[in-house]
Amino acid sequence: MQHTISVIVENEFGVLARVSGLFSGRGFNIDSLSVAPTMDESLSRITIVTRGDDAILEQITKQLNKLVDVIKVLDFSDDSAIEREMALIKVTAEDESRAEVLRIVDIFRAKIIDVTPKSYTIEATGAPAKINAILDLLRPLGLKELVRTGSVAIGRGAKGWKG
Amino acid sequence: MKMNGARILLESLKREGVDLVFGYPGGTVINIYDELMNVREIRHILPRHEQAGTHAADGYARASGKVGVAIATSGPGATNTITGVATAYMDSIPMVLITGQVPTPLIGNDAFQEVDIIGITRPITKHSFLIRHAKDIPAIVRKAFYIARSGRPGPVVIDFPKDVQISQAEFKWPETIDIRGYKPNLEGHPRQVEKAVQMLLASRKPVMYVGGGVILADAAPELTELARTLQTPVTTTLMGLGAFPESDPLSLRMLGMHGAYAANMAMTHADLILAVGARFDDRVTGKIATFAPHAKIIHIDVDPASIRKNVRVDLPIVGDTKDVLVKMVDEVKRQGDKLKELHANLAGWHEEVSGWQAKHPFSYKQSTTVIKPQYVIQKLRELSQDDAIMATDVGQHQMWTAQFFEFQKPRTLLTSGGLGTMGFGLPAAMGAQAALPGRQVICVCGDGGVQMNIQEMATLVQNRLPVKIVILNNNFLGMVRQWQELFFDKRYSQTCLEQPIDFVMLAEAYGAKGLRAEKPSDVEKVIKEGFAYNGPVIMEFKIAREEKVLPMVPAGASLNEMVLNA
Ligand SMILES: Cc1ncc(C[n+]2csc(CCOP(=O)(O)OP(=O)(O)O)c2C)c(N)n1
Ligand SMILES: [Mg+2]
Repeated sequence: MQHTISVIVENEFGVLARVSGLFSGRGFNIDSLSVAPTMDESLSRITIVTRGDDAILEQITKQLNKLVDVIKVLDFSDDSAIEREMALIKVTAEDESRAEVLRIVDIFRAKIIDVTPKSYTIEATGAPAKINAILDLLRPLGLKELVRTGSVAIGRGAKGWKG
Repeated sequence: MKMNGARILLESLKREGVDLVFGYPGGTVINIYDELMNVREIRHILPRHEQAGTHAADGYARASGKVGVAIATSGPGATNTITGVATAYMDSIPMVLITGQVPTPLIGNDAFQEVDIIGITRPITKHSFLIRHAKDIPAIVRKAFYIARSGRPGPVVIDFPKDVQISQAEFKWPETIDIRGYKPNLEGHPRQVEKAVQMLLASRKPVMYVGGGVILADAAPELTELARTLQTPVTTTLMGLGAFPESDPLSLRMLGMHGAYAANMAMTHADLILAVGARFDDRVTGKIATFAPHAKIIHIDVDPASIRKNVRVDLPIVGDTKDVLVKMVDEVKRQGDKLKELHANLAGWHEEVSGWQAKHPFSYKQSTTVIKPQYVIQKLRELSQDDAIMATDVGQHQMWTAQFFEFQKPRTLLTSGGLGTMGFGLPAAMGAQAALPGRQVICVCGDGGVQMNIQEMATLVQNRLPVKIVILNNNFLGMVRQWQELFFDKRYSQTCLEQPIDFVMLAEAYGAKGLRAEKPSDVEKVIKEGFAYNGPVIMEFKIAREEKVLPMVPAGASLNEMVLNA
């Protein structure tokens, strides 16, 4: 089962290596990982999408909490968070397929950010499932390149994790 | 006052109460060594190999309870410490390792003697620091020692670039430190403690399963009081030996792969297991699916990640084992008549347990012609001081020591349980003897492992550290040979140490004393003479070559499927 975890860490050199090393060293999966500073510049937020049963998730969370540089671990395994991902997609677009690409972009409220006579480059944002859906439609037209950011997540409701 | 970074480091170590360090000089720590000549309060011992330096710091920590400190130069000096750091990590030993590093502007350039020691040690340290500015040194040292010794202890590396050692800064010792991501949970929850006591009172077949965490937390007295008040049988792991007196009738002795029949049977039949500072390691549980099939499990540990890592737990109590045990003893003492009821309820269990104890105690066949290793260990117990410290290496001799020495007090067994590091024993004994000069320190080694750090004989002699080294010589890498005998059809691939070594001459070459026993009637005489000698001694015992460590739970079998005599 997939889980999304947010890890608030010291914004310091070497911290990402400790976090990712923990996953590789203990045989935990990383499906995606994204990292950037938070409102408080001394902290970074790492969003990790991982897989495993409840026991593995419990171990991952506990092991992360043991790292001295980890301030907080937020486990968004239920529906308590909103998740978004961005994809940059370069797709073949010639003759008759150009209109088809534009239609798909429109339906998904994506954007064309680069155009050539033979291709479009698309920027799409949304829940990971939405990104997968647009990719499914574009794939038959010919994908040239795909870049995904990996998920970021934020808790639902008025309460914020300050920092 | 302004001073250079090297001096700030030493002043900071002084503030942490460091009186002894084990270190080896080199280009990137030469400034520290120069300043060391101005700091009389810190004694320095020069091992003959950095691996031994870290094991010595580790032995110092295990014996004294204080943080062990080691120093190594960058590059090969630093990489030589890896086994020592990993050994300390696996057994949760508080240690601070200071490594020299190439000057900051050269880091990342593959400079001469540069290695990324923080990267290399990341999976085997509790934490690590790279010093960037001399002004940061006091806070880093304070944090490093705090992290090393608190919560679940462990090794911390401080990497110290040479240019920072030379640069000047003000020495200012921080009165307090705050590490926002590190707040170990030390206090056991009172409600959980109450629940645990209720479960113990309701049990009919309870066992206390005790690990090294009890010794690390100095909680042996509380543990002993709790067990005796409840009348609960106690088994310990290898690392837990000494946490409960093995002469007590409640002692089931060690459990696990080479544990006592009674201990393993009690775990298999228990209805309640109280695990204290133990981590359900595979050498202890045997096949996990059939481990303690009838038992509810209460698990006390300071490390939340140890709980439910390998086995299901019915009642977790996170906290310092000493804090939790103190609370449990108080709670138990409030029970009055219920306690008497419990004692009456346990009569049947005690009878069952004594049956197992009587049926298969640790035993061996004595011989009049050839020295049995178990006999040597029994004689060591008989002839040594009550509070003697026993360091071991890794192999058959280690298990015989665990089975036959009958440990009574905490911090009297120093052994590499988690990593199983050959070469650990001799330097660890050295560190213990340096920490506690008045105590008798014995080191039991095999003929294989003793040679992995034999160079420390020179350090022992130079520093007048009178460690009593016992070599149980079977001319084999005995433990591996035993596996080959049992599971590989006696195909002794590369386990026969054919080249004979004259260990007596070797001792003498280093300026120590050498003694040898070749027949059972020599044993007592050699031990007495070795103990009486005022200095380091090697006592070599030529033992029955193909003696096996028994009983044994084969890897992957259930705890109750013990091979008793093969
Ligand atoms: C550094 C290291 N290398 C290899 C091993 C694997 N090993 C475990 S016990 C053993 C044999 C030890 O032989 P010896 O020191 O003579 O002790 P004995 O078992 O004969 O008592 C070996 C090779 C180990 N534990 N550590
Ligand atoms: Mg041997």
